[in-house]
Amino acid sequence: MKRRDFLRNTTLASGALLIPSFLKPLEAIAMGDMSGYKNLVIIQLSGGNDGLNTIVPFGNDIYYQKRKTIAIQQPDIIKLTDAQGLNPNLSALKEIYDQGWMSIINSVGYPNPDRSHFRSMDIWQTGSDANQFLTTGWIGRYLDSNCSTCTDPYTAIEVDDTLSLAMKGAKMKGIAVENPAKLYQATRDPFFKQLVHQHNSANLNEDNLGYLYKTMIETYSSADYIQQTSKTYNTTALYPQTAFANQLKSVAKFINAGLKTRVYYVSLSGFDTHTGQQNQQGRQLKTYGDAVAAFVKDLKQADKLDDTLVMAFSEFGRRVEQNASDGTDHGTANNIMIFGGKLKKQGIYNNAPNLAQLDNGDLKYEVDFRDVYATLLDKWLNVNNSHVLNRNFAGLNFV
Amino acid sequence: MISSVKHIRHLYARAGFGIRFEELKQVENLSVKQAVAGLFKASENIIPVDIIAANISYKDFLLANEGTKKMFLQEQRQQEKALNIDWINKMSTRNTPLREKMTLFWHNHFACRTQNAWHAQQLNNIQRNNAVGNFKTLLLEVSKAPAMLQFLNNQQNQKNHPNENFARELMELFTIGRGNYTEQDVKESARAFTGWSFNKQGSFIARPALHDTGPKTFLGNTGNFNGEDIIDMLLTKKETARFICTKLYKYFVNEAPDDLHISAMADVFYSNNYELKPLLEFVFTADWFYADKNIGNLIKAPVEFIVGLNSQFYITYQNPDVVLQFERALGQVLFYPPNVAGWPGGRNWIDSSSLMYRIKIPSTVLNGGVIEFSGKVDPEDEAFIATTRKQKEAVTTKVQAQADWDKFLNSIPKGTGKTTIAQTILATSISSNITEIINKTTDIKTLVIELASTPEYQLC
Repeated sequence: MKRRDFLRNTTLASGALLIPSFLKPLEAIAMGDMSGYKNLVIIQLSGGNDGLNTIVPFGNDIYYQKRKTIAIQQPDIIKLTDAQGLNPNLSALKEIYDQGWMSIINSVGYPNPDRSHFRSMDIWQTGSDANQFLTTGWIGRYLDSNCSTCTDPYTAIEVDDTLSLAMKGAKMKGIAVENPAKLYQATRDPFFKQLVHQHNSANLNEDNLGYLYKTMIETYSSADYIQQTSKTYNTTALYPQTAFANQLKSVAKFINAGLKTRVYYVSLSGFDTHTGQQNQQGRQLKTYGDAVAAFVKDLKQADKLDDTLVMAFSEFGRRVEQNASDGTDHGTANNIMIFGGKLKKQGIYNNAPNLAQLDNGDLKYEVDFRDVYATLLDKWLNVNNSHVLNRNFAGLNFV
Repeated sequence: MISSVKHIRHLYARAGFGIRFEELKQVENLSVKQAVAGLFKASENIIPVDIIAANISYKDFLLANEGTKKMFLQEQRQQEKALNIDWINKMSTRNTPLREKMTLFWHNHFACRTQNAWHAQQLNNIQRNNAVGNFKTLLLEVSKAPAMLQFLNNQQNQKNHPNENFARELMELFTIGRGNYTEQDVKESARAFTGWSFNKQGSFIARPALHDTGPKTFLGNTGNFNGEDIIDMLLTKKETARFICTKLYKYFVNEAPDDLHISAMADVFYSNNYELKPLLEFVFTADWFYADKNIGNLIKAPVEFIVGLNSQFYITYQNPDVVLQFERALGQVLFYPPNVAGWPGGRNWIDSSSLMYRIKIPSTVLNGGVIEFSGKVDPEDEAFIATTRKQKEAVTTKVQAQADWDKFLNSIPKGTGKTTIAQTILATSISSNITEIINKTTDIKTLVIELASTPEYQLC
């Protein structure tokens, strides 16, 4: 079938929405057009990061009483306020904090917290209640929510080789890209190309076969778009030599090259510190802090920091009291870190966690994590949060 | 009903994991009724998973010192892997396809995670033993399985300190479904399950001292109910039959529920006291089961995809880790459902990356990552072809899997046309895209590898 006939037929048969993206006229993407194109970068710290040893509440004696062997000692803490300071392994973030590019929201969580890693991560990724099971992720539902720029899978990119639940909607899904060149290569298998080019309109019905073909064609065109666009930008900034820093380096490259992506997702694991916490968490925090600092500076230098917002979260914090193996066990509320060039509330957003009033040894949450999501959706991604979170959240005021 | 090869293929695609040419030869002339009877006959044999020899106590592990802990963890991972692979093999060898297909259904219906492989094996065998038996027996045994008691916190469900987790999921996910019970029903029934527990040997025990013997009001009845009573009352509600039938319909027939067909199923299920065999016989012999719109329209779950490929081509893996990697990349690791609601399934399986993996896996396993391309080669593709050929040996070494090509090729009756072969490999009708592949390929091996690398192959 000729391309023109194909276009006409599919338009008639199943509506303009199903025209494969790669057949649409490519708009010229001049760098100038991209100013004001806002990006959200989500960093997932997997395993349950101990927030109390990350943003240390050194001003509270209870912290030292409950953590006899693993508390961070006062001289080592990088003090931010009279009450809280950074773990020394986050020293790279001090400069970012001082520039006003960092905000810390304390005591974020949800009612009836679950201490299982996978269940709590599920709750964070889907934005559900503790007793509710959703099959779509909150970013996926953002893609579903009819936002005008969400028609292509590359609207949300996860820098990984598989796609997290957070990125899966009912109709739309993001795309996982560990390495754009590799993905591009994989989609250029001659047999695959033949399938993409030879399918006919019948393959693009609303049924499951149509869905498979549509996904295949979108992958093909997205892989091309991501590779061709991102290779135009040459990263000159210096990043640490870690896998996590490489992920952020890729994200910066995508942003700086002007990729029309709204949401990026990266993750770093290794935070489940039941034993010998100080060294293990210290290493992970250093990897995290050094990479984020390099990333923020890279974006600043490319004049993209004002258009970028970063949110770092973990599925839960740890218990306030340490355990007998110099570690901490699964807890509940935790802090969230926000980075960006245009923060409304810079520095520490709310009170340090209340260590005196605990719920069975755990921090009580004061901010629902969905109020953080609601803020990002309403004020950054410009979509009414109730369309994504299934009910309306008031949101916060950090941006 | 007039049966045809098409019906037999469809039956095997749904009630099992696809059909091999050797099986097709034996059953292609049977009536649907005879073929269904044959599937039940084959599944009478129950071969339990029996790979975990002993119960490693997780409590002992928590008390152990660092060195011992590490050993425990390693042993635990080994056991999880062994269990996973053993089940994949059981499904792939196809001795009891219907029983295994139903075990997979219950594995998802009663979704559960446990770090104790002994408990996981026990629960898996409960689901296998009762896979096509009686739902009430199955439900009772699952409710008393240590894996489930632990997973849904019934160990913490005690008189004066009820934990509602199990009671809530029992109603929401295992029996009558949302909208058919109240929050008060959850609270009251949780009290009925107080004291349901298990011992160190991994056996169920009811601890009378922890059981709340006070009166409870559940679904309008009041009495000193225990767990069995609650389950009985849930089963007297026809909503339970309907809830299970809806799920089975989506699993076996179509993701879009059809009220009429589901009502008919629920009648059969309910009037047969929750016996599964008459229900499944009813489904597999119903005219609507063989309607065109119900053929080749379900997206294979990753495990169905892997098992179907393994058995169709008689694949053996030297390194079982490869199979686990496939499960992980495609988003379904056995014994690791995302939560108690199980894998959502359907289109949820498919995103850009998982689809790319699905399209690549057959050629990776069958031909060192190369899809021999029979079309006219674009000059710009020559470099790609040269590279993949060069890497072929390296890929083969890495994957360490062998298909038994002789066995596969010999099982195809002499004179079988390429279109017939395609109809056996694929569940969908033959589109122009597939005809294109059929016309261009000159040898059967290339043909079947190309067919297994299409979007059509993702459907059953």
